[in-house]
Amino acid sequence: MTINLPEARRWPGSEWIKNHPAALERIYAVSVKAFTRVYPAMKKIAPQSSERVMVFVEAVGKGYVWNCQMCGQCILHSTGMTCPMNCPKNLRNGPCGGVRANGHCEVIPERMCVWVQAWERSQAMAVYGHKIVTLQPPVNRALKNTSSWINMVEGTDQITPPGWAAASPTGNEGLEHR
Amino acid sequence: MFANSRLERVLRSGRFAVTAELNAPDSANPEDVYRNALVLAEVCDAINATDGSGANCHMSSLGCCALLVRAGYEPVYQISCRDRNRIAIQGDLLGAAALGVKNVLCLTGDDVTAGDQPGAKRVFDLDSLQLLHTATIMRDHGVFLSGRKLTTPPQLFLGAAANPFVPPFAWRPERMAKKIAAGASFIQTQYCFDVPRLRTFMQRAVDMGLHEKAFILVGVGPLRSDKAAEFMRTKVPGVHIPDAVVARLAGVAPKQKAEEGKRICIEIIQQVREMAGVAGVHIMAYRQEETVAEIVHRAGLFPRHAVGAHREGHVNQHAVHHASGNGAQPAHHAGQYGSASPGMASQGELQ
Repeated sequence: MTINLPEARRWPGSEWIKNHPAALERIYAVSVKAFTRVYPAMKKIAPQSSERVMVFVEAVGKGYVWNCQMCGQCILHSTGMTCPMNCPKNLRNGPCGGVRANGHCEVIPERMCVWVQAWERSQAMAVYGHKIVTLQPPVNRALKNTSSWINMVEGTDQITPPGWAAASPTGNEGLEHR
Repeated sequence: MFANSRLERVLRSGRFAVTAELNAPDSANPEDVYRNALVLAEVCDAINATDGSGANCHMSSLGCCALLVRAGYEPVYQISCRDRNRIAIQGDLLGAAALGVKNVLCLTGDDVTAGDQPGAKRVFDLDSLQLLHTATIMRDHGVFLSGRKLTTPPQLFLGAAANPFVPPFAWRPERMAKKIAAGASFIQTQYCFDVPRLRTFMQRAVDMGLHEKAFILVGVGPLRSDKAAEFMRTKVPGVHIPDAVVARLAGVAPKQKAEEGKRICIEIIQQVREMAGVAGVHIMAYRQEETVAEIVHRAGLFPRHAVGAHREGHVNQHAVHHASGNGAQPAHHAGQYGSASPGMASQGELQ
C-alpha cells in the first residue's frame, strides 16, 4: 500500500531551512517578543480578523517550512525546531521503537524519522535545545486549526488537563527528569 | 510496593525475573488462551498479553488478561496508544484493575500499516509517555486526567518499552529515563539479538542510575530459521537482527535451524544475565510458546520459585542475599511489602 499521508509532505528547500536550527531558534526568540507586543493592538483593532490572519500566516509560513499540521499548540522550539505532528503517530515525547536502521520512519520509509532529526537538531540549539527532554502533556485536540501564536500569547496552549497539571510539580511547564 | 503484583515482588526480591509473551488467539474460545498460557505459566513470573501486536487484530489484551487472572496467572496488560483515545484508555485502566490486573505495560504501538487492516484509523491520542503519566496520576493522585476524583484508584505496577537497537542510539537511554520519570517502574525491551549494542545501552543506563529506579528486562526470543529472521527484520517494525545471526542460522541444516535458533536465544539470555543492571528477561516466542519452557530450563532459569503471597516474608529476605549481582534494590521502591490479597494463589498451587 502506498502511503500518502499529510505528514509525509515536504516542500522544496524546507529541509535546508530546518537544518539551521540555531538560526531558527534565534528568529523564534525574537518573534515571540515582537508578537507579544504587537498582538494586544491587533486584538483591539480587529479580534476576529487577527485570528484569521494569523491562521493564514501560520498555515502558509509554517506549512511551507515545517509542513505544519495546525495543531494550535506549537512546541517547535522544544523539539529541535522539527514538527512532532509530522510523526505519523503524532508522538510529542520522542521516537517510537519502530525507527528503521537507516534512521527512517516506520510508517513512511522514504522519510527520515522526525525524532531522529529533532534530536540531532536540538543538539545544535544553545537556547532551547535542552527542552527536548521535557515531558509534553497530551495534545488539546480542540485547538486544531487555531493560531498557535495567539494561543501562546493568550496562554491557551499552556492549559493542560486539570489532573495532569495537579500532578506535575512544575505545573503547566511539564516534567523534566533532570 | 504499588500493586501487590507478583512480578513486582519477584523483581524486588532481586531474583532474575522471567516474563513471556502470550500470543492472543484469533478466537472467542477461552480455552485457546488457557492452552497458550499453560505452557508459559510454569516457567515465568508473569505473562504479557499483547494488544493487537503488529497492528493485527486478535483477542483484546484486556480480554486475555481477564481470563489469565481468572485462571490464577499473573498477566501484564499491554496497552497501545494506536487504537484508543484517552477516554477509552482511562476507563480500561480502571476496568483492568477491577478485574485483578496488577501490571500494565504502556506502549506506543505498531502503526496500522504494519498489520492486516492498513485502512484503519490511527488514534495515537496519547503517546506512550503521556499514557504512563496518566496511569501514574490515576494511581498516585486518584484522579482522571480531567481532575475528576476516583473513588478507588487503580493499584498498578507500571512499565514501558525500550528499544536500544534502533536509532537515535544516543537518545535511547535518555528516552528510557524519560519514561521512568513519567512513572515506569519496569522496562521490557525489544528483541535483543545484538548483545554488544545492548551492552553500550546498559552501560549508559547504569551510569545514569536507571537500573536503580526501574527494573530492566531484556527482550529475547527464538528464531525458527534464517528465513524467519529475514522476515522479522524486514517486516516487523523495530526488530534489529545482525547479519551474523542470520548467517549462523543459514549455515546449519534445515532440520537443525530451530534448534540453532533456540541455542542463540539461550546464549543471549546467559550473556544478558551477567550484564550489570539487567533484572530479567522477557521471552517473546511468536507462535512457538511451547519452546519457552525448554529455553528457560536450558538457560538455567528454572525452577521459578514461587514468590507467593503466603511466603513472601522469608522469600524476600533470603532472596536479597542470593541476588546474583543484578544491582542494588531500587531505592525509591523501598517500603513495606503489602499484604497479599486473599484470592491470590502461588504458582505452585496453579499447576
